[in-house]
Amino acid sequence: MDTLFLARFQFAFTSIFHFFFIPLTLGLSIFTAILETAYVRTGKKRYRQLTKFWGTLFLINFAVGVVTGIVMEFQFGMNWSNYARFVGDIFGVPLAVETLLAFFVESTFLGLWVFGWEKLPKALHAACIWIVAFGSTMSAFWILVANSFMQSPTGYTMAAGATRPELVDIMALLFNHNVWQQFPHVLAGGIVTAGFLVIAVSSWQLSKGVTVRNAFETSLKFGAIFAFIGTILVILAGHSQMQNLLKTQPMKVAAAEALWESENPASFSLFTIGDEEGLKDVFSIRVPKLLSFLAYNSFEGEVRGIKNLQKEYELQYGPGNYMPSIVTAYWSFRFMAGSGALMLFIALLALYKVIKESYTFSPLVSALLFWSMLLPWIANSSGWILAEMGRQPWIVFGLLKTEEGISPATVVSSTELMISLALFVTLYAALAVTDLLLMKKYASAGIKGAE
Amino acid sequence: MDLQTLWFILIAFLFIGFFVLEGFDFGVGILLPFMSRDDRERRTVINTIGPFWDGNEVWLIAAVSGMFAAFPDWYATLFSALYLPAVIMIVALIFRGAAFEFRSKRDNPAWRSFWDWSIFGGSLIPALLWGMALANFIRGVPIDSSMNSTGGMLNLVNPYALLCGITSLLIFTLHGAIFLALKTTATLQKKAMSFAKKLWAPATLLCILFMAFSSTETDLVSHLGINPGVIPIFSVLALVSVIFLLQKNAAGWAFFMTSVAIAFSTITIFTGLYPRLLVSSLNPAWSLTIYNSSASDYSLGLLSVVALIFIPLILVYQGWSYWVFRQRVTVNSELEY
Repeated sequence: MDTLFLARFQFAFTSIFHFFFIPLTLGLSIFTAILETAYVRTGKKRYRQLTKFWGTLFLINFAVGVVTGIVMEFQFGMNWSNYARFVGDIFGVPLAVETLLAFFVESTFLGLWVFGWEKLPKALHAACIWIVAFGSTMSAFWILVANSFMQSPTGYTMAAGATRPELVDIMALLFNHNVWQQFPHVLAGGIVTAGFLVIAVSSWQLSKGVTVRNAFETSLKFGAIFAFIGTILVILAGHSQMQNLLKTQPMKVAAAEALWESENPASFSLFTIGDEEGLKDVFSIRVPKLLSFLAYNSFEGEVRGIKNLQKEYELQYGPGNYMPSIVTAYWSFRFMAGSGALMLFIALLALYKVIKESYTFSPLVSALLFWSMLLPWIANSSGWILAEMGRQPWIVFGLLKTEEGISPATVVSSTELMISLALFVTLYAALAVTDLLLMKKYASAGIKGAE
Repeated sequence: MDLQTLWFILIAFLFIGFFVLEGFDFGVGILLPFMSRDDRERRTVINTIGPFWDGNEVWLIAAVSGMFAAFPDWYATLFSALYLPAVIMIVALIFRGAAFEFRSKRDNPAWRSFWDWSIFGGSLIPALLWGMALANFIRGVPIDSSMNSTGGMLNLVNPYALLCGITSLLIFTLHGAIFLALKTTATLQKKAMSFAKKLWAPATLLCILFMAFSSTETDLVSHLGINPGVIPIFSVLALVSVIFLLQKNAAGWAFFMTSVAIAFSTITIFTGLYPRLLVSSLNPAWSLTIYNSSASDYSLGLLSVVALIFIPLILVYQGWSYWVFRQRVTVNSELEY
């Protein structure tokens, strides 16, 4: 089989799987830290029980996040050696900084937190989980600095005839617009993911009605606020990210909208079945002017279409196909934004219940609150699929194509790739099942004993 | 000193951190199934490294990401050339990391036994493979003029590399046994002590054999300039002293000496490599060096500032965490794992 396909598939598989756990643990670390702070400040046993309960669920997922992260650290060299050589001077910097500033902090202070309940003073113990949360946030920041260079390269110079771009301005790398939109977006995504899990488990526990009610009423309260704030932030950050993309990667936006021709004002697609070969609609429902409004906060303004951009890129970069898979970009955007809209609705519903202090749910509400926990996962994954697939054919936008980044087939053969892929798929499937079983066990164990 | 040399030293330092720290928790993992059959005792053994193993493993990640940032070609050539060994090592580390967290989350004995053996294999395989990898850095890998490996995987499995791999495996196991003797009590402590004493002779013998082999198999000795060099001698002497310290029940000093031996052996290999990073077995001119593989001075300068500020800080807070958990772990302790 084609090594390019296998390497891409493996990267997509391992990184999407890794990212099932990252936003959850990012959000849960903050959530757990808030609960423990409440415990330290009030001394109420309920908060300690909740800290332990959510802390356990956090740890189970954190472990899977850590181990699946190991692969990521090696994979650029293993499967993408030409990419690693090409971007090493720039991309390597945030990666190394991430390890020195984030991974050491996370791992050391998590050890202190897990094993330090009896050994550290209460406030210091709570500080440890805050430091872990801070470390996770730092990690997200630095990895997004690295990814932003792939999305929209800044701060580099590439001399004529040079084999690689070199970093000349670290500030331009750090203050890349993309970083400051993607980072809040991902961070808010983490808060949302944790918030909806908390809503799901708490409402489920309350519906079962067997454990300490007060504790889960409290965590539902916290979870609803968490999810609501997170959802608002994630939508706002996503919106401003899209506006920025129009400047840096207009093709991604056009593909996400299945906008074949430039339009002014541009319409927003509600539902399109397109003909990717013929670059035209088969069936489409569009809202006039809405895309221009989303793009420029005004009902005027041109949004460039796929065909026009293809022509522009041919002039700029030479002959070639500069279109990503339109169907992937289009639907991943819809899954992401659609989940976002549903999340807002569910978060409001949960908030309404909490404000009214009505903790008995009809079967429908119960089901909604529970199954909505899947929405952030759908949004996180499809968001990354859009970000990465929508950038194709580039691995570093405008500088290096994905097919050029791969390790030569003489070094890493398709047989080797098939072996590694088979191993990772099997292992990750087993990890997923194990994680789910343990989550179920510890989520349903609930909180026992007196308040 | 130029920035390339500084980063060569820093990466050597990160590898030393990895081998000295993760070395003992690999050792503890390897000894786990043989320390006891009793679940409470096994948990005690795991809990001796509970707060530390993850932080120790980050030294590896730091070394690898440091390679990527400071010497992108080294990182690219190495891990694409060592593709399958890297996959095996990663899979081993995945099993191991998951095992620590999952093992005691269910009571089922088969479940626990499965994860115990995962900790064993997940510790043994990387301990062996990293020794083999280091030997191949210096012995040479078939690298062509464009820095790409041409050779099959079998080139990497040679007697010299195997010797180095088994040596690192034994030294780490010894290092782990001594750590356990320091961190446990009663029967577990006795057992750890007896393992340490038994492991000492083969570990030391192989270490000497490896140093001797290095002089015939590689240009390490001639490269060191001084024959046979002070640092490898120190490393062997430190290892030799361990048995006397163990007999005097001075486990703390013995642990210090295995740490010295590991650090000095690593320094020996890196000094032998310098200024090369990966020797080409096809043509010496095609070897990767710190100059033909490095990032720009601008990036190296930035990274140096970050590393020189944060590595001391890391040592401080990791040191503090060792201080917090300085007490021995007993079967009556509150066990988290």
